[in-house]
Amino acid sequence: MKPPSFEYAAPKTVDEAVALLRQHEGDAKILAGGQSLMPLLNMRLARPGLLVDVARIDGLDYIREVDGGLAIGAMARQRSVEHSQLVQRRFPLLHTAIRHIAHPQNRNQGTVGGSLAHADPAAELPAVALALDAELRAFGPAGERRIKAADFFVTYLTTALEPTEVLTEVRFPQLPPRTGWSFVELARRHGDFALTGVVARLGVDNGGRCSAAQLVLFGVGATPVRARRAEQALAGEKLETPLFEQAGRMASEEIEEPLSDVHASAAYRRDLARVLTRRALTEAASRAAA
Amino acid sequence: MASPRRIRLKVNGQPHEAIVEPRTTLVDLLRGELALTGTHVGCEHGVCGACTVLWNGKAVRSCIMLAVQADGAELMTVEALAHDGQLHPIQQAFMEEHGLQCGFCTPGFLMSVYELLQRNPNPTDEDIMETLGGHLCRCTGYQAILKSVRLAAQKLGAAQR
Repeated sequence: MKPPSFEYAAPKTVDEAVALLRQHEGDAKILAGGQSLMPLLNMRLARPGLLVDVARIDGLDYIREVDGGLAIGAMARQRSVEHSQLVQRRFPLLHTAIRHIAHPQNRNQGTVGGSLAHADPAAELPAVALALDAELRAFGPAGERRIKAADFFVTYLTTALEPTEVLTEVRFPQLPPRTGWSFVELARRHGDFALTGVVARLGVDNGGRCSAAQLVLFGVGATPVRARRAEQALAGEKLETPLFEQAGRMASEEIEEPLSDVHASAAYRRDLARVLTRRALTEAASRAAA
Repeated sequence: MASPRRIRLKVNGQPHEAIVEPRTTLVDLLRGELALTGTHVGCEHGVCGACTVLWNGKAVRSCIMLAVQADGAELMTVEALAHDGQLHPIQQAFMEEHGLQCGFCTPGFLMSVYELLQRNPNPTDEDIMETLGGHLCRCTGYQAILKSVRLAAQKLGAAQR
């Protein structure tokens, strides 16, 4: 369980990192916090010729409010985001989700950008990015590119990033007023990868009806997915328990064949999608009403 | 073989310089090059926590960190806890509450608990369990470890008064 041999570079700027990625196109891998990449190297499931360590690039670890939203530098450690007063106060959904990522010892090193770029289908941050309509910013040979979360997650461990691009920032917009949210997941033990998880956001109007619904399921397919039929069933309706039951059933039926593995069968994950959707909607609705 | 790199780091207050292959993990540097064998190698993929050390004051898993990533860093390992043959209060608490049996996982637990109690001298059981959740003990000693951490917090609190 030792990594194979590779070359190592620690660029000081994003431009230098991009130049290295161009020189070694297809054979280089970016190292951020290493909490996913290092196990893959130790198990020799990844064999890059060059590791480009972006941790020595100054100024990529900020957490700040921009235009009412939240801008997080790709190298911000997950633990710093978890402890950020700004995030706790204004972006409680993100705060709640981050506490489900592995363990504090991993979050001390693991980064927000690394988790998004790794794009594990059971990971928390990609699902939150999709649910909050986040925008990702990357630098490549042609300069900066902005990518919507909806276009970013392509398939298992694969994003819209080019091999010569470096993810530099993610922006989370603030939730609109009168919007409730929920983040729920089930794992065998706290800190394990989720078997299934749900992120819900519900807008409510003065009459107690749903003005907007966004429902993201993760751990059930190759990427986090929107449950659009269930969202449509919620729109304009009174937010009441039978509706949450119905939306849960719809979400569970509309996902494609979920993963089946040693941790959980596809049927179990599908049933979890139903139960967790119902729970998430119940919680989001009560937050929206508060 | 990939080009070796020269790194400088401080471990337990001592400056060190080493020439390492990029693929060398931090735990292998500590154990193999610096002969600090108190840090243990368990699962080697960041799950069991036996290799936990403090990196600039934060508990991290040294089996999924490269030695080159620690260039310029300050590290603390389990060897820094005891002084002049006197156990650190956390170690003393683990001994008194039977927080270890075979002891293989213990160095990692001690370092995570050290970080926890530095940051939060009066942790709730929930705080303690969140920290312990990052470690595996196969002698099934979690309840005893929980008690050890409660006692360690008391001992450290008393020492500071």
